[in-house]
Amino acid sequence: MQETPVLTDSPDMLRSADKVVFPGQGEASNAMQYLRSHGLDKVLLSLVQPVLGICIGQQLMCRHSQEGDVDCLGIFDAEVLRFRPERHADKVPHMGWNQLASPSSPLFEGFNGGEFVYFVHSYYVPLCQHTIATTDYVLPFSSALHKDNFYATQFHPEKSGSVGERIIQNFLSL
Amino acid sequence: MLAKRIIPCLDVKDGQTVKGVNFVNLRQAGDPVALGRAYSEQGADELVYLDITASHEGRKTFADMVRRVAEEVSIPFTVGGGISELHDVERMLLAGADKVSINSAALRRPALIDEIASHFGSQVCVVAIDAKLDADGWHCYLNGGRIPTDRGLFEWAHEVNERGAGEILFTSINHDGVKHGFANEALARLSDTLSIPVIASGGAGCKEDFRDVFTLGHADAALAASVFHFGEIGIAELKDYLRNENISVRL
Repeated sequence: MQETPVLTDSPDMLRSADKVVFPGQGEASNAMQYLRSHGLDKVLLSLVQPVLGICIGQQLMCRHSQEGDVDCLGIFDAEVLRFRPERHADKVPHMGWNQLASPSSPLFEGFNGGEFVYFVHSYYVPLCQHTIATTDYVLPFSSALHKDNFYATQFHPEKSGSVGERIIQNFLSL
Repeated sequence: MLAKRIIPCLDVKDGQTVKGVNFVNLRQAGDPVALGRAYSEQGADELVYLDITASHEGRKTFADMVRRVAEEVSIPFTVGGGISELHDVERMLLAGADKVSINSAALRRPALIDEIASHFGSQVCVVAIDAKLDADGWHCYLNGGRIPTDRGLFEWAHEVNERGAGEILFTSINHDGVKHGFANEALARLSDTLSIPVIASGGAGCKEDFRDVFTLGHADAALAASVFHFGEIGIAELKDYLRNENISVRL
């Protein structure tokens, strides 16, 4: 890919970027505390260019997370819940390659469903009005969300081989 | 459906891939970055890179290699070998690794597992256990299978789970390099009683061994080296075979 990403927490640079990727791994309440203490929560909410949240990025864009019982950014009107498996075979975290179903968004241009992407997470976003792809683990959950200029995936496109590269390319083409 | 994972393991010494047979004899098997990229293209689900270099120079070479892998390979990879404190973990994560594997250091100081899990998250922490079935049961071994301990495999695996590891990578010393199949009985006992995924290692010789490690050993992932490095089993053909055996794999 031709684009050069810049890692930053500068509000000015975020506001002037062509596209913003909001990735991450970590714990929700600590991450929200970091965003608030740096004023980045307000910056993220004010962005008008395409934004892609990844993994905990997606979770922080929701209304509230069970992880650390924390209020999040509220872009997506959804509650982030912890997996409660009933079978021993369903281990937590949900780790590894699982399939997308019903991909419906420009983010998934060229997708038919059934594509494998890489997940590592213990909390999930239930199906909601913003869901643009689902995945089945313990129960069907939102593996991707979209509202206005905000997109998000629970899985890691950057670790999902050629399928993930296609998603990133689609995002860059928005 | 969550796919069973196929993971090639690359032992790296002074920037070159090697594979020990029963942990002793070393044979060359190519450039680690090129090999990793080739495996990714063939359908490997993850990669493991183990640094078996002892020297300081070699460690630096390995970190440079990790950086190149992160740039050139777009599937998750784990690095291990010589990681004994948080600083080592941080160095590997900054270089671009997704997970780190710890082995002897965890046996010597189990709190390292808690520290990695709380600083970087459980998903980062893979605990490798080398164990051998002796006359009185399974025991854990240190230093690549050379030094026996009085730790029992199952007792240690449960402690590792409780302390917050994200995955267990279990190698049977009895089976490693022998190519007569994985230690399926011990694997099933681990997988059925632990709450985290188990990666099976040691013993892959043919495609049927991979089928059995998933159906009999209940493993979440299977790791192998020489059968892949020397082209005895192709990853794409292995996955086709497993799918025909009704095992969920990513194609």
